Amino acid sequence: MIDPSAPDFWSGLFQVLLVGTGQTLYMVGVSLLITVVVGLPLGIVLVGTEAGGLFESPFGSRKLGRAINRILEFIVNLGRSVPFIILMVALIPFTRLVVGTFIGPTAAIVPLAVVAIPFFARMVEIAIKEVDTGLIEAAESLGATRWQIVAKVLVPEALSPMILGLSTTVTSIINFSAMVGTVAGGGLGDVAVRYGYQRYSTIHMVAVIIVIFAIVMVLQGLATLLARRFAHKSRPARAEKVLPALRDGVLTGA
Amino acid sequence: MISVQHVSKTFRSGGTVTAALQDVSLEVAEGEIFGVIGQSGAGKSTLIRAVNLLERPDSGTVTVDGDELTALSPAALRAARRKIGMVFQHFNLLAGRTVRGNVELGLEIIGVDGDQRRRRAFEILDLVGLADKAGSYPAELSGGQKQRVGIARALAGEPKVLLSDEATSALDPETTRSILDLVKTINTDLGLTVLLITHEMEVVKRICDSAALIEGGRIVEQGRIVSLISTAGSRLAHELFPLGDAPRTPGDTVIDITFSGGSADRPVIAQLARTYGLDVSILGAVIETIGGNQAGRTRLQLPGQPRSNTGPIEDLRSQGMLVEIVGE
Repeated sequence: MIDPSAPDFWSGLFQVLLVGTGQTLYMVGVSLLITVVVGLPLGIVLVGTEAGGLFESPFGSRKLGRAINRILEFIVNLGRSVPFIILMVALIPFTRLVVGTFIGPTAAIVPLAVVAIPFFARMVEIAIKEVDTGLIEAAESLGATRWQIVAKVLVPEALSPMILGLSTTVTSIINFSAMVGTVAGGGLGDVAVRYGYQRYSTIHMVAVIIVIFAIVMVLQGLATLLARRFAHKSRPARAEKVLPALRDGVLTGA
Repeated sequence: MISVQHVSKTFRSGGTVTAALQDVSLEVAEGEIFGVIGQSGAGKSTLIRAVNLLERPDSGTVTVDGDELTALSPAALRAARRKIGMVFQHFNLLAGRTVRGNVELGLEIIGVDGDQRRRRAFEILDLVGLADKAGSYPAELSGGQKQRVGIARALAGEPKVLLSDEATSALDPETTRSILDLVKTINTDLGLTVLLITHEMEVVKRICDSAALIEGGRIVEQGRIVSLISTAGSRLAHELFPLGDAPRTPGDTVIDITFSGGSADRPVIAQLARTYGLDVSILGAVIETIGGNQAGRTRLQLPGQPRSNTGPIEDLRSQGMLVEIVGE
């Protein structure tokens, strides 16, 4: 039990929150970066290798395309259906292999990225599927290669819904990062459990909730702003159509 | 310039097999505007997509400007496509790019450097009358303006052929006319060969030199419009000059006279009345200017059975007019 009337209570709280927030931002930031770097191409390949897709027959083999699509579908579904708490524990040997330890914020990045990649890849897939196939035809008629179509048409045209998808991804990474705290990952989740729960400090608990809420709000606002910036007026309607699908399909899966 | 030979294409989805194109052959001469007209589902969309191989035919060959596209490797096909511009019914502009950005897309794909792209984009936007909209996004434009951007994008790479996939079908009649006039201007000024598909006879009437009628995946009729007009039983000619259903007038003769070129300005009816003393009634008439020539059809009613009117009918025919007896 911590005594709120102790002289160093508030400065202690501030100190703990600062460290916790720093760790959370670090974990979330790095895993987000990895998520985008891996998830974006993964999502593109997922759409592309579908029947009728841009990469339907890589190296001229339709069989290969179908095989790649099935394997990636399987991995994405697996990644999304295993509850995070189980995934986190199951990944411990892998985490140790990559980071050298499974304790601390750096180690927490591994399971966070692993859970967020399939999550974000799905959103990229949904966003890209919304791009009018007529635009692909137009680029093809101009003599574009498949990669030019990806870089000049698919990604830029799907940017707005992808940013919104990314913000949903960040929110769930923050959510999971709190859970990582319970297995000694550090961060705000760790603060909430150690001080708020184990030492019955309601003030710590409330403070953590406020900070997390503030982070989520700021990120959401930023994402909405960016999404609108890239939407060029005619697009938000489309993004709104995508979002409910993202919410229903992806969030419940995690 | 464009030669489509014995092209067939079948679509399979689930258990149903649709023959979209059946042994279609087309010949589009350099510098002409060729219109393929047909109802939706007739296969015209598949046909125009087959010309730049957005839709690869199951069999047959497609040759554009000497390149047999159906025989090319993917890389060579991409290079050949750069000589073929295409405009679409729904414009297919990138929403995230400005008008200029859209026009530059094709040039970026070819690898033209920034400065040159910019210059070319302004040049071509000037041609389509949209230079002041270079910085706007497609969402801020009207349908007609969007199609002008579509045309500018197609022309930026200096193609030799322009394919138009129902380019005016999403536009109102007035905008349609202005877009058609633009296509005609491009055709004359840049010497571009144009192949367009449409379901509107108006389009064919206004700008086409040649036309083909497509039905159920087959070309039913094709040729230069001037000669189609004077072909007996030509369905395209009938569609170009619709006179409606034939009236039932037992005891009288109803004839449709198609005239074009020289016969158009002769006082046909007055002559008939004078020479044969016939009470000629005009039931209907359509006259259009096609390719700079007056052409049209007139439906006349002559008293008496067709048998008793062979004299005047033969007389008209001898003057180079196409005479069809309605209801025979």
